Amino acid sequence: MLFVKSRQLVIPGDLLAKGEYAAGENVYKGRDGFYASKVGLVVFENQVIRVIAIEGGYLPSANDLVVGKVVNVGLSEWVVDINSPYRGVLFVSQTSRRSFDSRRDDLTGILDVGDVIIAKVLEFDRTRDPRITIRDRGLGKVTSGYLVKVTPTKIPRLIGKRGSMINLIKSRTGCQITVGQNGFILVKGKRVEDEALAVEVIRMIERDAHTSGLTDRVGEFIGRGSEED
Amino acid sequence: MVGKGRKKLISKGGVRVDGRKPGDLRPIKIKVGLLERADGSAYVELGKNKILAAVYGPREVYPRHLSLHSRALIRCRYHMAPFSVEERKSPAPSRREVELSTVIRDALEPVIFTEFYPRTVIDIFIEVLQADGGTRGTGIIAASLALADAGIPMRDLVAACAAGKVDGQLVLDLNDVEDKEGEADLPVAYAPQMEAVTLLQMDGTLTKDEFERALKLAVDGCKQIHALLKEALRGRYLAVGDVVEAGVKKGKGGES
Repeated sequence: MLFVKSRQLVIPGDLLAKGEYAAGENVYKGRDGFYASKVGLVVFENQVIRVIAIEGGYLPSANDLVVGKVVNVGLSEWVVDINSPYRGVLFVSQTSRRSFDSRRDDLTGILDVGDVIIAKVLEFDRTRDPRITIRDRGLGKVTSGYLVKVTPTKIPRLIGKRGSMINLIKSRTGCQITVGQNGFILVKGKRVEDEALAVEVIRMIERDAHTSGLTDRVGEFIGRGSEED
Repeated sequence: MVGKGRKKLISKGGVRVDGRKPGDLRPIKIKVGLLERADGSAYVELGKNKILAAVYGPREVYPRHLSLHSRALIRCRYHMAPFSVEERKSPAPSRREVELSTVIRDALEPVIFTEFYPRTVIDIFIEVLQADGGTRGTGIIAASLALADAGIPMRDLVAACAAGKVDGQLVLDLNDVEDKEGEADLPVAYAPQMEAVTLLQMDGTLTKDEFERALKLAVDGCKQIHALLKEALRGRYLAVGDVVEAGVKKGKGGES
């Protein structure tokens, strides 16, 4: 038996269903039913009930693309802030560098504190800090662009169904946009105005992520923006 | 017998000093997510109480040795502003504030899924801007909303409310005068969905029968407050949506 409608806004402790169901993300099984554990929108997929959270931090997961900032340099690894309670660890072996001898070479020659990188999460199990890599195409140090920080739970909305939302922003503003699952977004455009428009749109999506018909409104908004100049 | 120089707290008609009936709550005002820097925040006014709560986390634990390997650490600071009471209060944490910080932490921990974030910390800050009796309960309400606003997984929202005995009569939600002059005060924190009392303290004296009735009264008060908390949290997101719709329509109108 269901107690809520699909896409309904729920808050922690709300009774969602009783009976033969399974708990998905942000849902827990209580004594006599399934309850929400976060503020969000309910989604039913077959017998699985889950809640798409509106607020929340980033928890690393394998294969996530993340944008991070180097905060510490060790003997053979860097510590990277990936906007999560757990810090990313990047070993030299996970860079494109062929050989590295800690007695002869200096890690700061490759990456230094304050550098921004695009990386991928290799593995994470909560008992140890997540290992990340920059050994793939499109990954590595970032040298230019605009870094935007949004609530990580809004990232799926920013990307849209099969990238519909992000592709819309990319094509209309002419900016290159790298979306990190951790809520860090890198915007790179030819002109400062293009970057500013893209950032404004991203902020708008963050604010209204839980409302419906957002893609249309964003399209309308960007259309208006380009008419002005 | 009512002594000389001590005013009556409940009139013959059963009206309390602030005009309430014995079973009435004070008017409550709630605002969620008002602080930009915090991960979650809430502001609650319960009668003349004005309390602000901010939540940070889950985040890395400093100093490192405090971190727990199997669950998140919860730290709580209850603090009264120097201007929150009639006589200036020293801003340094008093013995009372340290104790309240601990009991509030313990009242909130049972509803938080701390095992989801091992080796991290969730920091809760409760700032009393104006005090008028029942600040620990109001603090719990504000903190519980701030936790939900921060997106921290929770089993339920914790509501809190006090009951007590004033002029020989059981009353709900004591204010400052009733708390100080009355015979007993019984603060309760309650998670309705879990049917769990997470805080229960008593100051003064009650008979066993009075205690049981007062507890029931306080729990009923918590249930009323819980309904208001849910409404406030929902309202925050629904209101934003309404504003967005209105904004777009306005934009369209301006163009034509």
